[in-house]
Amino acid sequence: MRFLFKTDYDQDIRLFKHSGQVFWYSLLVAVLLAVPYLLDEYLMSQMHFVLIYSIVGLGLMLLVGFTGQISLGHAAFLAVGAYTEALMQARGIPFFISLPSAALFAAALGLIVGLPALRLKGIYLAIATLAFNVIVEEVITRWESLTGGNSGRHLKAIELFGIKLDTDASFYYLCLGLTIVSIVALMNLLRSPTGRAFVAIRDSEISASCMGVNLATYKTLSFAISAALTGIGGALYAHKVTFISPEQFTLLQSIELVTIVILGGVGSIHGAVLGAAFLIVLPQLIAVAKDYLPSNVAGSGLQAVVFGLVLISFIVFEPLGLYGRWLKVRTWFELFPFYRKGMFRRQKSYMKSERLR
Amino acid sequence: MLNQLLQLTVAGVAQGCVYALVALGFVLIYKATETVNFAQGDMMMLGAFFALTASVAMGWPYWATILFAIAVMAVVGMVLERVVLRPVLGQPAFTVVMITIGVGYVLRGVVTMVPGWGSDTFTLPTPFSEGVLKLGPIIFAVQQVAVIAMTSALCLVLYLFFRYSKLGVAMQATSQNQLAAAYMGIPVRRVNMLVWGLSASVATFAGILLAPVTFVHSNMGFIGLKAFPAAVVGGFGSVPGAIVGGLIIGLVEALAGFYLPEGFKDVAAYVVVLIVLLIKPSGIFGETARKKV
Repeated sequence: MRFLFKTDYDQDIRLFKHSGQVFWYSLLVAVLLAVPYLLDEYLMSQMHFVLIYSIVGLGLMLLVGFTGQISLGHAAFLAVGAYTEALMQARGIPFFISLPSAALFAAALGLIVGLPALRLKGIYLAIATLAFNVIVEEVITRWESLTGGNSGRHLKAIELFGIKLDTDASFYYLCLGLTIVSIVALMNLLRSPTGRAFVAIRDSEISASCMGVNLATYKTLSFAISAALTGIGGALYAHKVTFISPEQFTLLQSIELVTIVILGGVGSIHGAVLGAAFLIVLPQLIAVAKDYLPSNVAGSGLQAVVFGLVLISFIVFEPLGLYGRWLKVRTWFELFPFYRKGMFRRQKSYMKSERLR
Repeated sequence: MLNQLLQLTVAGVAQGCVYALVALGFVLIYKATETVNFAQGDMMMLGAFFALTASVAMGWPYWATILFAIAVMAVVGMVLERVVLRPVLGQPAFTVVMITIGVGYVLRGVVTMVPGWGSDTFTLPTPFSEGVLKLGPIIFAVQQVAVIAMTSALCLVLYLFFRYSKLGVAMQATSQNQLAAAYMGIPVRRVNMLVWGLSASVATFAGILLAPVTFVHSNMGFIGLKAFPAAVVGGFGSVPGAIVGGLIIGLVEALAGFYLPEGFKDVAAYVVVLIVLLIKPSGIFGETARKKV
């Protein structure tokens, strides 16, 4: 058990709370750097997806987990990132320009979506973003001269400063680098006044605005940053799958992205990464389990059932998500044998009415 | 020209009736428990499958099929509320939305596993033939007229239920003010469970009406997503609003499908909802309210 004695205000916002964290995270990075030498081709491919979805998860976590805004339309930002990257690459624009442009375009769209968020709350915002997602998907399908419609677009391997990143390992390092940069950027953002304003909005809009937080500015900013991260994820996704078409960016994709946040644990950066890993691992486990199940159960519906059950049971039994579970396990070991059942129990929550009368 | 417009209107209204019934299901649940049920479309789908079983496998007549499916789905709705929704009562709205999305996934998947249902497309036999009704120069499909008539009948039944039956009045009271209702001796939780049952039944009815149009398959519930725009346009907490909103969405879609270029039909509902949300987020029948601290 480690006791943190705070002797300085700076300690509250330090990136690493104690030397132990420095050690463990360095070890993690070292292991991640060694991964290409340890895993085979198939697992490497899954690692790519984990990292890409982590970046998207981080973006969504900022919006849902830290600003408290709902979005069921993030697949649209993913699409904008992916298509920007595809189109710019086709015109021969180098990657170090096209990637930021993908982020910028997505952010610009995020600003537009953020505008209604100023007036809409809760479920209305969910429906507005849902509508936005459907419209963007339809626009991509119909704007054939630009996007290729249903026949989609192909992408070539990334070329960065003359080096072709066409091997699994090189693409992995690119994704890893971008993921780490995103995580550090998000951590820095969250310990800055801007980040605290986001969290204040999440906890209570009224008290936040009373404390001088401009709701309009910060909500749109949160949407824009979240969309930008998702756009970066989208650009990488496009390169990973090398072929993009509108049916990859449907509402169901948006819902899957939101489950990253829910499964990982709302309001934790670890959660975004853990949730992404879980979302990638789950279908693999289902594929393995299919061999042991009767044929009528192991059909196309199995994945939907398992996915739904996982989602339901997480919300009912572990609302803090995977990261919350990890915290509990860790605390259990740290405090052994003094762990009590109710240590992480939330305060009893009552129905908060959104109806106003 | 005018005839064409009239025919489109009837077709749009018929489609709108289905949206309206699904939206009605949302609104009933939303008013009672402030939960937005994303699984409403999937409950509709499940109801249609129960009707299919009664009709095809057991050979029951159409009317018995409807009653059977509605009764079964009422139980399913109540069980869902008790088992899944009640434990998360009081959690943020978004969490509850996600749990209903999870329920939707499970329902969609389970349907493909049941022997005799599977992931194929089925036809639900109806007594309304493919015939047409000629009214002067205007031609209506009997199917569409039947859908409109049955929806009107259901609305009348629901109206009488809410107006005159004890349970209906109790449901109204609960949705207006839970605390006051509890003080008056209404078992709020049980009433909420019954509301879920009622909502599932209404969804089933919508599913049966929709069955001749889209056929019965495990993904027919996605049409429920169009019912959100309907509910929002009408004003999310308003029962007549849901009906009117559904009709508006159905009409807009039918007209957009005919007069606007290809592709507009599918997004028309969402464009309308975005406009409504921007101009008047509370919808047509919604009350504008101010938040008190």
